[in-house]
Amino acid sequence: MNSIAYYPGCGVADQARSMEHTARAVLQALDWEMQELPRWNCCGTVYSLASDDLMRHIGPVRVLTHVQELKLDRLLTLCSMCYSTLRRSERFLNEDRERLERVNAFLDDEPDYRGGVRAVHLLELLRDDIGYSALETRVTRPLEGLKVAPYYGCTLTRPRSVALDDPEHPSVLEDILEVLGAEPVPTAQRVECCGSYMTASDPSVVRRRVTAISEAAAAGGADLMITSCPLCQYNLDARLAEAARTGAPRLPSVYFTQLMALALGLDPALDEQVIDPRPVLAARGLAVEVEA
Amino acid sequence: MAEQMRLSKEALSADFARRVEELSGQSPYRCYQCGKCAAGCPFADDMDLLPSQVLRLVQIGDEKVLEARAPWSCASCLACEVRCPRGVDIARVMEAVRLLSLRKGNTPLCTADVATMGLPQIALVGISRKMTP
Repeated sequence: MNSIAYYPGCGVADQARSMEHTARAVLQALDWEMQELPRWNCCGTVYSLASDDLMRHIGPVRVLTHVQELKLDRLLTLCSMCYSTLRRSERFLNEDRERLERVNAFLDDEPDYRGGVRAVHLLELLRDDIGYSALETRVTRPLEGLKVAPYYGCTLTRPRSVALDDPEHPSVLEDILEVLGAEPVPTAQRVECCGSYMTASDPSVVRRRVTAISEAAAAGGADLMITSCPLCQYNLDARLAEAARTGAPRLPSVYFTQLMALALGLDPALDEQVIDPRPVLAARGLAVEVEA
Repeated sequence: MAEQMRLSKEALSADFARRVEELSGQSPYRCYQCGKCAAGCPFADDMDLLPSQVLRLVQIGDEKVLEARAPWSCASCLACEVRCPRGVDIARVMEAVRLLSLRKGNTPLCTADVATMGLPQIALVGISRKMTP
């Protein structure tokens, strides 16, 4: 059994537990174990874009230091935003020792961060470590006939310095869908922001964005959409359900890990969505038993 | 008729432009106003100034930009960052303008609807950071 240190982050540990549940089960089936860090804190969510506030890198550094203490140099994340914040902070501090020294001085009697711990997104682990052919051998219930629109959002592929795929023409989600037997429906909206945290300040902007995203997916004939971020998922589910009352296509969204679980014959944990994906799955011959 | 804009060497070296440059780590003078950022911005419809116009006001050192809504409509999605032919990280310029405004004691031009329970923590932490100098 292979193993990798794992950082849940706030979203995954709370409202996106179905993502963790399915990721863990899928990785187990692929002979990989996620070992949750004994201690962790919020990564800060949004990477600081200002050059003068080193304070905002303390959160990510504390998380990375816990990995360093385990004598490991990679950290698995499921959430796209955690992935981005951890990788960018690491790069920012590692490229200038003075910044790192100032952060360490602030951390006082906590262990110094020495640099070099890399956050790895689950999509990278699947593509680069596990490989699509190993995944393919575990597919017991191919998602034949299911049309799925991938939604990448922002932080998996932007900025370019930490992009895990081509920023304008990513393919990792489409590739995984094909391995699972589904038909990918790529749209121009798949890399366009859903409105992110503005869901807390201006929900109408988010409703307009998710309307455009779901319209593009529906126009391509998609049955549902997949996401890799708890915030995108919230916007494409809860906010889209609101937008659907005034005409947006009521297309369900699930985490890509949930579709993987379904194709591997594992529990897809599909009972938390506002827009229930089970009717459309059943219509494609992929009925999911509802647990009592 | 459009407002007349006076350009001068003094304005171009204004402290304000330098402060934005320092805070963002981006030289505003690299921008040649092609408008690609504005064309691809998913939030341009909500902005009173286009991203390229924010850059322009920074270039000429016009502090009026501190009162604009545009930087608050920016979600730092970085669509502009990957597309700018001059390599300007416009989201960093937007962040610098927001921070300079907050640091002058201005009220953030957005509010978190904290009464809405059930919002993901990521959203609450994200918006709180945007409103903190």
